[in-house]
Amino acid sequence: MPLDIALAFTLRQGEFLLTIDQRIGSDAIALVGPSGAGKTTLLETIAGLRRPLGGEIAVGGRTLFSSVRGIDVPARQRHIGYVPQDTLLFPHMDVRRNILYGAGHAPRLDLGDVLEMLEIGHLVTRMIDRLSGGERQRVALARALMASPTLLLLDEPFSALDPLLRWRVVPCLQRIRRDLGLPMLVASHDLDLVATIADTAVELSVGRVSSVRLVRPDTQQQRRM
Amino acid sequence: MPDVWKITGFTIVAALAATLVMLPPGIALAWLLARRNFPGKSLVDTIASLPLVMPPVATGLILLYLFGRRGPIGGLLDRWGIEIVFTWKAVVLAMAAMGFPLLVRTARTGFEHVRIRYEHLAATLGASPARIFFTITLPLASRAVCAGALLAFSRALGEFGATILVAGSIPGRTRTLAVAIFSETEVGHDGSAAMLLVISVAIAFGAVAFSNALLRRPADEART
Repeated sequence: MPLDIALAFTLRQGEFLLTIDQRIGSDAIALVGPSGAGKTTLLETIAGLRRPLGGEIAVGGRTLFSSVRGIDVPARQRHIGYVPQDTLLFPHMDVRRNILYGAGHAPRLDLGDVLEMLEIGHLVTRMIDRLSGGERQRVALARALMASPTLLLLDEPFSALDPLLRWRVVPCLQRIRRDLGLPMLVASHDLDLVATIADTAVELSVGRVSSVRLVRPDTQQQRRM
Repeated sequence: MPDVWKITGFTIVAALAATLVMLPPGIALAWLLARRNFPGKSLVDTIASLPLVMPPVATGLILLYLFGRRGPIGGLLDRWGIEIVFTWKAVVLAMAAMGFPLLVRTARTGFEHVRIRYEHLAATLGASPARIFFTITLPLASRAVCAGALLAFSRALGEFGATILVAGSIPGRTRTLAVAIFSETEVGHDGSAAMLLVISVAIAFGAVAFSNALLRRPADEART
């Protein structure tokens, strides 16, 4: 189901201001652009880990940040799943404890279903340092999913993986989109790869959105901004 | 000849009690210094470190002023029938005051080495600040906190200057290994002083070696 994401904010990032003013209605959005364009910053801002200088962020009609109305929903109450590039799996916990960390008492998803969907059932008793890069990505995905998010933010989910492993993670993301209907925003510098998951691409150049376009082969439209 | 084993037992129990007493405020202060900015932070940091650089007898004198019957804290406690000075409680107090900076400094370094992004990630999973502290920050800093506690325990074992001032040297009540070594040497009982010395060296050696081993173990992911 398409999720309406309304972003209109300014954020100081290093030496430039990231200015976003965009309304996106899609259930799988690719966020593309070169390193330093502000992809991670944008994801962290939506997740509530960075505070914009001003503006408004709304996801699915729910205002998460509004400088005018004085709203700043803390990250823990945003219900936005975030999988950072380096996964940040908790190193002192095994896979099961990592996955269940945000699950609460009544998770929306069944643990067994998630483990099966991501093909990680055999890993649950392993410690994090015994996992490969692809396994880490899938465990981090499972952890984010078990927290019952309304939107999933993925930061460069393929960058640390070799080509073979990339094509192992792609079907997992496609299943999340297809089976769970969970909207996702995927930051990647590899448009070809991310196009297998997303149907809309938002392109960032340094500090601003430079284009929004459809990336599905059957809908090769492009709108330059 | 003093009851060597009784003195040893009392010293170890008092040092353990001092370590337990200083752990909650020590961990809290270490975390505050590592993770929060607040007005007067450097002043708090300096005060917490003072016992490291001040003569121990000066620290003892401050404790005596504060916890004596006419002191601001001692007077208050006296009204409730709690006496501190020249009791075993004064021994624990002096040991805790002297070990506290070691605990705070070591634990603070441990907290500073925990990647704050783990805490941020835990927040996106719905965790409250308290849950993040007890399930992420403290476990990842636990090695440094344990090492700090062991260092503080070792310091407490050897405490002399502050203890003699605030607790005295009452046989069977406030006499610790360090105080007993001094007392036995003063009266010319070199044999028992030497025996007490060997015991205190052995205990301190074990505690410091264990503390170093904790700090030397391979760095985990939290420190990258």
